[in-house]
Amino acid sequence: MTSTPLLQLSDISFERDDRLLFSAVNASVAAGDILQVSGDNGSGKTTLLKVIIGTLAPQSGDCLWRGTPVHQCALEYASELLYIGHQPGIKSTLTPEENLCWLQRLSLAEKSSHTIADALGKVGLVGYEDVPCHSLSAGQQRRVALARLYLSTVKLWILDEPFTAIDRQGVTQLEQCMQQHVSEGGAVILTTHQPLSIDGVKTLHLGAGHSKGEQ
Amino acid sequence: MSGGFTTILRRDLLLAMRRRGELANPLVFFLIVLTLVPLAVSPSPEQLAKIAPGIIWIMALLATLLSIDGLFQSDYRDGSLEQMIISPQPLWLIVLAKVLAHWLVTGLPLTLLSPLLGIMLSLPEAGYWPMVISLLVGTAALSLIGAIGAALTVALRRGGLLLSLVVTPLYMPVLVFGAGSVQRAVDGFSPDGPLLVVGALMALSLLLAPFACSGALKISMHG
Repeated sequence: MTSTPLLQLSDISFERDDRLLFSAVNASVAAGDILQVSGDNGSGKTTLLKVIIGTLAPQSGDCLWRGTPVHQCALEYASELLYIGHQPGIKSTLTPEENLCWLQRLSLAEKSSHTIADALGKVGLVGYEDVPCHSLSAGQQRRVALARLYLSTVKLWILDEPFTAIDRQGVTQLEQCMQQHVSEGGAVILTTHQPLSIDGVKTLHLGAGHSKGEQ
Repeated sequence: MSGGFTTILRRDLLLAMRRRGELANPLVFFLIVLTLVPLAVSPSPEQLAKIAPGIIWIMALLATLLSIDGLFQSDYRDGSLEQMIISPQPLWLIVLAKVLAHWLVTGLPLTLLSPLLGIMLSLPEAGYWPMVISLLVGTAALSLIGAIGAALTVALRRGGLLLSLVVTPLYMPVLVFGAGSVQRAVDGFSPDGPLLVVGALMALSLLLAPFACSGALKISMHG
Protein backbone atom coordinates (compact mmCIF):
# COMPACT_ATOMS: atom_id res chain seq x y z
CA MET A 1 0.00 0.00 0.00
CA THR A 2 1.10 3.53 -0.70
CA SER A 3 0.93 6.18 1.94
CA THR A 4 -2.01 7.93 0.25
CA PRO A 5 -4.70 8.44 2.89
CA LEU A 6 -8.08 6.84 2.25
CA LEU A 7 -10.03 10.05 2.27
CA GLN A 8 -8.80 13.59 2.00
CA LEU A 9 -10.84 16.74 2.37
CA SER A 10 -9.19 19.73 0.79
CA ASP A 11 -10.44 23.25 1.36
CA ILE A 12 -14.10 22.35 1.59
CA SER A 13 -16.52 25.19 2.17
CA PHE A 14 -20.26 25.11 2.27
CA GLU A 15 -22.75 27.93 2.10
CA ARG A 16 -26.46 27.72 2.75
CA ASP A 17 -28.93 30.57 2.34
CA ASP A 18 -26.06 33.04 1.92
CA ARG A 19 -24.60 31.97 5.24
CA LEU A 20 -21.16 30.43 5.34
CA LEU A 21 -21.57 27.22 7.30
CA PHE A 22 -17.92 26.25 7.22
CA SER A 23 -14.97 27.09 5.03
CA ALA A 24 -11.53 25.71 4.28
CA VAL A 25 -12.08 22.40 6.02
CA ASN A 26 -9.02 20.25 5.60
CA ALA A 27 -8.65 16.76 6.97
CA SER A 28 -7.26 13.45 5.99
CA VAL A 29 -8.30 10.03 7.12
CA ALA A 30 -5.92 7.13 6.68
CA ALA A 31 -6.48 3.46 7.31
CA GLY A 32 -6.61 2.98 11.07
CA ASP A 33 -7.92 6.48 11.83
CA ILE A 34 -10.98 7.54 13.75
CA LEU A 35 -11.96 11.13 13.00
CA GLN A 36 -14.39 12.81 15.34
CA VAL A 37 -16.14 15.85 13.90
CA SER A 38 -17.17 18.12 16.73
CA GLY A 39 -18.84 21.49 16.97
CA ASP A 40 -21.87 23.26 18.36
CA ASN A 41 -25.40 22.58 17.20
CA GLY A 42 -25.83 24.07 13.78
CA SER A 43 -22.11 24.23 13.03
CA GLY A 44 -22.57 21.94 10.04
CA LYS A 45 -21.45 18.52 11.27
CA THR A 46 -24.20 16.63 9.50
CA THR A 47 -23.78 18.81 6.43
CA LEU A 48 -20.09 17.98 6.31
CA LEU A 49 -20.88 14.27 6.47
CA LYS A 50 -23.38 14.68 3.64
CA VAL A 51 -20.74 16.46 1.61
CA ILE A 52 -18.41 13.54 2.27
CA ILE A 53 -20.95 10.93 1.16
CA GLY A 54 -21.73 13.08 -1.85
CA THR A 55 -25.41 13.90 -1.45
CA LEU A 56 -24.56 17.57 -0.97
CA ALA A 57 -22.14 19.41 -3.23
CA PRO A 58 -19.70 21.82 -1.57
CA GLN A 59 -19.32 25.37 -2.91
CA SER A 60 -15.61 24.79 -3.25
CA GLY A 61 -13.08 22.14 -2.40
CA ASP A 62 -12.75 18.48 -3.15
CA CYS A 63 -13.08 15.10 -1.48
CA LEU A 64 -10.36 12.74 -2.60
CA TRP A 65 -10.76 8.99 -2.25
CA ARG A 66 -7.33 7.32 -2.35
CA GLY A 67 -6.06 10.44 -4.10
CA THR A 68 -8.76 10.64 -6.81
CA PRO A 69 -11.66 13.13 -6.65
CA VAL A 70 -14.73 11.14 -5.61
CA HIS A 71 -16.83 12.12 -8.63
CA GLN A 72 -14.22 10.43 -10.83
CA CYS A 73 -14.37 7.16 -8.94
CA ALA A 74 -17.99 7.28 -7.80
CA LEU A 75 -18.71 3.56 -8.08
CA GLU A 76 -15.51 2.51 -6.35
CA TYR A 77 -16.10 5.04 -3.60
CA ALA A 78 -19.74 4.07 -3.15
CA SER A 79 -18.82 0.41 -2.76
CA GLU A 80 -16.38 1.15 0.06
CA LEU A 81 -18.68 3.42 2.05
CA LEU A 82 -21.13 2.78 4.83
CA TYR A 83 -23.21 5.68 6.08
CA ILE A 84 -25.61 5.69 8.99
CA GLY A 85 -27.35 9.02 9.32
CA HIS A 86 -29.84 10.58 11.72
CA GLN A 87 -32.53 8.86 9.72
CA PRO A 88 -30.85 5.53 9.18
CA GLY A 89 -33.21 4.12 6.56
CA ILE A 90 -34.95 1.62 8.80
CA LYS A 91 -38.50 0.96 7.59
CA SER A 92 -40.82 0.84 10.57
CA THR A 93 -43.17 -1.75 9.09
CA LEU A 94 -40.38 -4.20 8.31
CA THR A 95 -38.72 -6.44 10.88
CA PRO A 96 -35.06 -5.89 11.86
CA GLU A 97 -34.10 -8.90 9.77
CA GLU A 98 -35.89 -7.65 6.64
CA ASN A 99 -34.41 -4.19 7.08
CA LEU A 100 -30.86 -5.45 7.36
CA CYS A 101 -31.47 -7.78 4.45
CA TRP A 102 -32.40 -5.10 1.93
CA LEU A 103 -29.78 -2.66 3.18
CA GLN A 104 -27.10 -5.32 2.89
CA ARG A 105 -28.17 -6.38 -0.60
CA LEU A 106 -27.80 -2.83 -1.92
CA SER A 107 -24.11 -3.04 -1.15
CA LEU A 108 -21.69 -4.52 -3.65
CA ALA A 109 -19.08 -5.37 -1.02
CA GLU A 110 -18.27 -8.98 -0.33
CA LYS A 111 -20.42 -10.74 2.24
CA SER A 112 -19.25 -10.57 5.81
CA SER A 113 -18.65 -13.77 7.72
CA HIS A 114 -21.39 -12.66 10.12
CA THR A 115 -24.98 -13.52 9.34
CA ILE A 116 -27.83 -11.12 10.02
CA ALA A 117 -28.79 -13.20 13.05
CA ASP A 118 -25.23 -12.89 14.41
CA ALA A 119 -25.28 -9.14 13.93
CA LEU A 120 -28.61 -8.75 15.68
CA GLY A 121 -27.21 -10.87 18.51
CA LYS A 122 -24.20 -8.57 18.79
CA VAL A 123 -26.40 -5.53 19.26
CA GLY A 124 -28.59 -7.31 21.80
CA LEU A 125 -31.69 -7.83 19.72
CA VAL A 126 -32.01 -11.59 20.01
CA GLY A 127 -35.67 -12.50 20.02
CA TYR A 128 -36.69 -9.32 18.17
CA GLU A 129 -35.91 -10.64 14.67
CA ASP A 130 -39.56 -10.90 13.70
CA VAL A 131 -40.97 -7.86 15.48
CA PRO A 132 -41.85 -4.90 13.24
CA CYS A 133 -39.45 -2.04 13.96
CA HIS A 134 -42.22 0.39 14.93
CA SER A 135 -42.81 -1.60 18.11
CA LEU A 136 -39.14 -1.34 19.14
CA SER A 137 -37.86 1.48 21.33
CA ALA A 138 -35.83 4.36 19.88
CA GLY A 139 -32.62 2.82 21.20
CA GLN A 140 -33.47 -0.57 19.78
CA GLN A 141 -34.25 0.94 16.38
CA ARG A 142 -30.89 2.65 16.50
CA ARG A 143 -29.31 -0.71 17.30
CA VAL A 144 -30.92 -2.24 14.22
CA ALA A 145 -29.15 0.37 12.11
CA LEU A 146 -25.88 -0.14 14.00
CA ALA A 147 -26.07 -3.89 13.38
CA ARG A 148 -25.06 -3.00 9.83
CA LEU A 149 -21.57 -2.29 11.18
CA TYR A 150 -21.14 -5.97 12.05
CA LEU A 151 -22.28 -7.00 8.57
CA SER A 152 -20.11 -4.59 6.66
CA THR A 153 -16.83 -5.36 4.98
CA VAL A 154 -16.29 -1.86 3.61
CA LYS A 155 -13.36 0.39 4.50
CA LEU A 156 -14.95 3.68 5.48
CA TRP A 157 -17.69 4.10 8.05
CA ILE A 158 -19.45 7.43 8.33
CA LEU A 159 -21.65 7.66 11.40
CA ASP A 160 -23.82 10.62 12.31
CA GLU A 161 -24.45 10.68 16.05
CA PRO A 162 -24.25 6.89 16.42
CA PHE A 163 -24.61 7.03 20.20
CA THR A 164 -28.01 8.75 20.22
CA ALA A 165 -30.45 6.80 22.41
CA ILE A 166 -27.88 4.06 23.07
CA ASP A 167 -27.30 2.96 26.67
CA ARG A 168 -23.89 2.99 28.34
CA GLN A 169 -23.14 -0.65 27.76
CA GLY A 170 -24.12 -0.26 24.11
CA VAL A 171 -21.74 2.68 23.76
CA THR A 172 -18.85 0.60 25.09
CA GLN A 173 -19.68 -2.15 22.64
CA LEU A 174 -19.89 0.27 19.76
CA GLU A 175 -16.50 1.74 20.67
CA GLN A 176 -15.01 -1.75 20.70
CA CYS A 177 -16.57 -2.42 17.33
CA MET A 178 -15.02 0.74 15.89
CA GLN A 179 -11.63 -0.10 17.37
CA GLN A 180 -11.82 -3.57 15.86
CA HIS A 181 -12.67 -2.02 12.47
CA VAL A 182 -9.75 0.43 12.47
CA SER A 183 -7.34 -2.23 13.68
CA GLU A 184 -8.28 -4.19 10.56
CA GLY A 185 -7.32 -1.26 8.35
CA GLY A 186 -10.66 0.51 8.19
CA ALA A 187 -11.45 4.10 9.03
CA VAL A 188 -14.29 5.83 10.84
CA ILE A 189 -15.62 9.37 10.63
CA LEU A 190 -18.23 10.19 13.24
CA THR A 191 -19.98 13.09 14.88
CA THR A 192 -20.83 12.95 18.54
CA HIS A 193 -21.03 15.27 21.50
CA GLN A 194 -19.91 12.50 23.78
CA PRO A 195 -16.19 12.19 24.62
CA LEU A 196 -14.89 8.92 23.21
CA SER A 197 -12.91 6.59 25.43
CA ILE A 198 -10.69 5.48 22.57
CA ASP A 199 -7.04 6.51 22.26
CA GLY A 200 -5.67 8.31 19.25
CA VAL A 201 -8.91 9.81 18.01
CA LYS A 202 -8.34 12.70 15.61
CA THR A 203 -10.74 15.58 15.97
CA LEU A 204 -11.98 18.14 13.54
CA HIS A 205 -13.69 21.11 15.12
CA LEU A 206 -16.22 23.07 13.13
CA GLY A 207 -16.80 26.56 14.45
CA ALA A 208 -18.56 29.70 13.23
CA GLY A 209 -17.34 30.10 9.67
CA HIS A 210 -13.97 28.49 10.22
CA SER A 211 -12.53 25.20 11.25
CA LYS A 212 -9.42 23.84 12.81
CA GLY A 213 -8.01 20.38 13.02
CA GLU A 214 -5.99 19.01 15.89
CA GLN A 215 -4.40 15.72 16.70
CA MET B 1 -26.35 -5.01 -11.25
CA SER B 2 -29.84 -6.55 -11.19
CA GLY B 3 -29.35 -7.16 -7.46
CA GLY B 4 -30.53 -3.67 -6.63
CA PHE B 5 -33.59 -4.05 -8.84
CA THR B 6 -34.88 -7.29 -7.30
CA THR B 7 -33.99 -6.19 -3.78
CA ILE B 8 -36.00 -2.98 -4.03
CA LEU B 9 -38.86 -4.65 -5.91
CA ARG B 10 -39.19 -7.29 -3.20
CA ARG B 11 -38.86 -4.72 -0.45
CA ASP B 12 -41.53 -2.43 -1.87
CA LEU B 13 -43.97 -5.27 -2.48
CA LEU B 14 -43.38 -6.45 1.08
CA LEU B 15 -44.00 -2.92 2.37
CA ALA B 16 -47.19 -2.74 0.32
CA MET B 17 -48.39 -6.03 1.82
CA ARG B 18 -47.77 -4.66 5.32
CA ARG B 19 -49.99 -1.66 4.60
CA ARG B 20 -52.92 -3.36 2.94
CA GLY B 21 -55.31 -0.59 3.95
CA GLU B 22 -53.32 2.05 2.10
CA LEU B 23 -52.94 -0.36 -0.77
CA ALA B 24 -56.69 -0.59 -1.24
CA ASN B 25 -57.16 3.22 -1.19
CA PRO B 26 -56.91 3.96 -4.91
CA LEU B 27 -58.99 0.91 -5.76
CA VAL B 28 -61.73 1.84 -3.33
CA PHE B 29 -61.72 5.39 -4.71
CA PHE B 30 -62.02 4.01 -8.24
CA LEU B 31 -64.86 1.75 -7.20
CA ILE B 32 -66.78 4.36 -5.19
CA VAL B 33 -66.76 7.01 -7.89
CA LEU B 34 -67.89 4.57 -10.54
CA THR B 35 -70.72 3.38 -8.32
CA LEU B 36 -71.85 6.97 -7.88
CA VAL B 37 -71.93 7.82 -11.57
CA PRO B 38 -75.12 5.83 -12.42
CA LEU B 39 -76.80 7.31 -9.35
CA ALA B 40 -75.85 10.90 -10.11
CA VAL B 41 -75.96 10.99 -13.91
CA SER B 42 -78.59 8.54 -15.04
CA PRO B 43 -79.14 4.82 -14.72
CA SER B 44 -80.17 4.51 -18.37
CA PRO B 45 -77.77 2.16 -20.19
CA GLU B 46 -77.69 4.27 -23.38
CA GLN B 47 -76.53 7.36 -21.57
CA LEU B 48 -74.01 5.50 -19.41
CA ALA B 49 -72.57 3.70 -22.41
CA LYS B 50 -71.80 7.05 -23.98
CA ILE B 51 -69.69 8.35 -21.09
CA ALA B 52 -68.29 5.02 -19.82
CA PRO B 53 -64.93 5.03 -21.71
CA GLY B 54 -64.12 8.57 -20.62
CA ILE B 55 -65.20 8.12 -17.00
CA ILE B 56 -63.28 4.88 -16.50
CA TRP B 57 -60.12 6.39 -17.92
CA ILE B 58 -60.38 9.63 -15.91
CA MET B 59 -60.82 7.63 -12.71
CA ALA B 60 -57.84 5.42 -13.51
CA LEU B 61 -55.79 8.57 -14.03
CA LEU B 62 -56.93 10.16 -10.77
CA ALA B 63 -56.39 6.95 -8.80
CA THR B 64 -52.80 6.79 -10.07
CA LEU B 65 -52.23 10.47 -9.37
CA LEU B 66 -53.51 10.08 -5.81
CA SER B 67 -51.22 7.19 -5.00
CA ILE B 68 -48.06 8.28 -6.82
CA ASP B 69 -47.53 11.10 -4.30
CA GLY B 70 -46.24 8.63 -1.72
CA LEU B 71 -43.84 6.82 -4.06
CA PHE B 72 -40.66 8.35 -2.60
CA GLN B 73 -42.19 10.22 0.35
CA SER B 74 -41.69 7.71 3.17
CA ASP B 75 -38.28 6.64 1.87
CA TYR B 76 -37.25 10.28 1.92
CA ARG B 77 -38.42 10.78 5.48
CA ASP B 78 -36.79 7.73 7.05
CA GLY B 79 -33.49 8.01 5.21
CA SER B 80 -33.94 4.98 2.95
CA LEU B 81 -33.76 7.19 -0.11
CA GLU B 82 -30.39 8.50 1.01
CA GLN B 83 -29.14 4.93 1.37
CA MET B 84 -30.37 4.15 -2.15
CA ILE B 85 -28.72 7.23 -3.63
CA ILE B 86 -25.32 6.57 -2.05
CA SER B 87 -25.45 2.84 -2.74
CA PRO B 88 -23.26 1.52 -5.56
CA GLN B 89 -26.36 0.24 -7.38
CA PRO B 90 -27.51 2.37 -10.34
CA LEU B 91 -30.25 4.69 -9.12
CA TRP B 92 -32.33 4.47 -12.31
CA LEU B 93 -32.72 0.71 -11.79
CA ILE B 94 -33.82 1.27 -8.21
CA VAL B 95 -36.34 3.85 -9.43
CA LEU B 96 -37.59 1.42 -12.07
CA ALA B 97 -38.09 -1.24 -9.40
CA LYS B 98 -40.06 1.19 -7.25
CA VAL B 99 -42.26 2.22 -10.16
CA LEU B 100 -42.85 -1.40 -11.14
CA ALA B 101 -43.86 -2.19 -7.56
CA HIS B 102 -46.22 0.79 -7.59
CA TRP B 103 -47.81 -0.34 -10.86
CA LEU B 104 -48.18 -3.92 -9.60
CA VAL B 105 -50.21 -2.71 -6.61
CA THR B 106 -52.26 0.03 -8.33
CA GLY B 107 -52.33 -0.07 -12.14
CA LEU B 108 -52.55 -3.82 -12.48
CA PRO B 109 -55.41 -4.42 -9.98
CA LEU B 110 -57.21 -1.42 -11.46
CA THR B 111 -56.97 -2.98 -14.90
CA LEU B 112 -58.18 -6.33 -13.60
CA LEU B 113 -61.10 -4.62 -11.92
CA SER B 114 -62.08 -2.60 -14.99
CA PRO B 115 -64.30 -5.22 -16.75
CA LEU B 116 -66.48 -5.30 -13.66
CA LEU B 117 -66.83 -1.53 -13.82
CA GLY B 118 -67.54 -1.79 -17.51
CA ILE B 119 -70.57 -3.88 -16.62
CA MET B 120 -71.66 -1.35 -14.00
CA LEU B 121 -71.48 1.46 -16.56
CA SER B 122 -73.01 -0.73 -19.30
CA LEU B 123 -70.01 -0.39 -21.56
CA PRO B 124 -70.84 -1.90 -24.97
CA GLU B 125 -69.23 -5.25 -25.56
CA ALA B 126 -66.85 -4.04 -28.25
CA GLY B 127 -65.15 -1.77 -25.71
CA TYR B 128 -63.91 -4.40 -23.25
CA TRP B 129 -60.72 -5.60 -24.89
CA PRO B 130 -59.50 -2.13 -25.89
CA MET B 131 -60.29 -0.93 -22.35
CA VAL B 132 -58.30 -3.69 -20.66
CA ILE B 133 -55.35 -3.39 -23.04
CA SER B 134 -55.25 0.42 -22.97
CA LEU B 135 -55.48 0.46 -19.17
CA LEU B 136 -52.82 -2.24 -18.80
CA VAL B 137 -50.31 -0.32 -20.89
CA GLY B 138 -51.59 3.15 -20.05
CA THR B 139 -51.46 2.85 -16.27
CA ALA B 140 -47.82 1.78 -16.56
CA ALA B 141 -47.15 4.99 -18.48
CA LEU B 142 -49.07 6.97 -15.84
CA SER B 143 -46.98 5.44 -13.03
CA LEU B 144 -43.73 6.17 -14.87
CA ILE B 145 -44.64 9.78 -15.69
CA GLY B 146 -46.05 10.37 -12.21
CA ALA B 147 -42.80 9.14 -10.68
CA ILE B 148 -40.95 12.08 -12.26
CA GLY B 149 -43.30 14.50 -10.53
CA ALA B 150 -43.02 12.57 -7.26
CA ALA B 151 -39.23 12.71 -7.46
CA LEU B 152 -39.24 16.45 -8.14
CA THR B 153 -41.55 17.26 -5.24
CA VAL B 154 -40.32 14.75 -2.66
CA ALA B 155 -38.47 17.28 -0.53
CA LEU B 156 -41.33 19.78 -0.43
CA ARG B 157 -43.59 19.83 2.56
CA ARG B 158 -46.80 20.13 0.59
CA GLY B 159 -45.78 18.75 -2.73
CA GLY B 160 -49.15 17.18 -3.54
CA LEU B 161 -50.67 20.13 -5.37
CA LEU B 162 -47.47 20.93 -7.22
CA LEU B 163 -47.19 17.28 -8.20
CA SER B 164 -50.63 17.38 -9.81
CA LEU B 165 -49.75 20.58 -11.68
CA VAL B 166 -46.49 19.12 -12.96
CA VAL B 167 -47.86 15.76 -13.93
CA THR B 168 -51.38 16.45 -15.27
CA PRO B 169 -50.25 18.07 -18.55
CA LEU B 170 -47.99 15.09 -19.19
CA TYR B 171 -50.91 12.75 -18.53
CA MET B 172 -53.06 14.38 -21.23
CA PRO B 173 -51.79 12.41 -24.25
CA VAL B 174 -52.15 9.10 -22.41
CA LEU B 175 -55.70 9.99 -21.40
CA VAL B 176 -56.68 11.21 -24.87
CA PHE B 177 -55.44 8.14 -26.70
CA GLY B 178 -56.39 5.67 -23.97
CA ALA B 179 -60.00 6.80 -23.72
CA GLY B 180 -59.98 7.39 -27.48
CA SER B 181 -59.17 3.78 -28.23
CA VAL B 182 -62.11 2.53 -26.16
CA GLN B 183 -64.42 5.10 -27.72
CA ARG B 184 -63.40 4.13 -31.24
CA ALA B 185 -64.07 0.46 -30.50
CA VAL B 186 -67.49 1.33 -29.05
CA ASP B 187 -68.25 3.39 -32.16
CA GLY B 188 -67.45 0.40 -34.34
CA PHE B 189 -64.00 1.39 -35.63
CA SER B 190 -60.67 -0.33 -35.12
CA PRO B 191 -59.02 0.80 -31.84
CA ASP B 192 -55.54 -0.18 -33.08
CA GLY B 193 -54.30 3.32 -33.92
CA PRO B 194 -54.84 4.97 -30.50
CA LEU B 195 -53.74 1.76 -28.75
CA LEU B 196 -50.43 1.86 -30.59
CA VAL B 197 -49.97 5.49 -29.57
CA VAL B 198 -50.58 4.53 -25.91
CA GLY B 199 -47.96 1.80 -26.35
CA ALA B 200 -45.53 4.29 -27.83
CA LEU B 201 -46.12 6.73 -24.97
CA MET B 202 -45.47 3.96 -22.48
CA ALA B 203 -42.26 2.92 -24.29
CA LEU B 204 -41.08 6.51 -24.35
CA SER B 205 -41.75 7.04 -20.65
CA LEU B 206 -40.11 3.69 -19.83
CA LEU B 207 -37.03 4.94 -21.61
CA LEU B 208 -36.89 8.43 -20.13
CA ALA B 209 -38.63 8.37 -16.74
CA PRO B 210 -36.06 6.31 -14.75
CA PHE B 211 -33.25 8.68 -15.75
CA ALA B 212 -35.35 11.79 -15.21
CA CYS B 213 -36.37 10.46 -11.79
CA SER B 214 -32.87 9.65 -10.64
CA GLY B 215 -31.74 13.11 -11.71
CA ALA B 216 -34.69 14.72 -9.94
CA LEU B 217 -34.06 12.71 -6.75
CA LYS B 218 -30.44 13.82 -6.61
CA ILE B 219 -31.54 17.45 -7.04
CA SER B 220 -34.17 17.02 -4.31
CA MET B 221 -31.54 15.75 -1.89
CA HIS B 222 -29.45 18.88 -2.44
CA GLY B 223 -32.28 21.12 -1.24
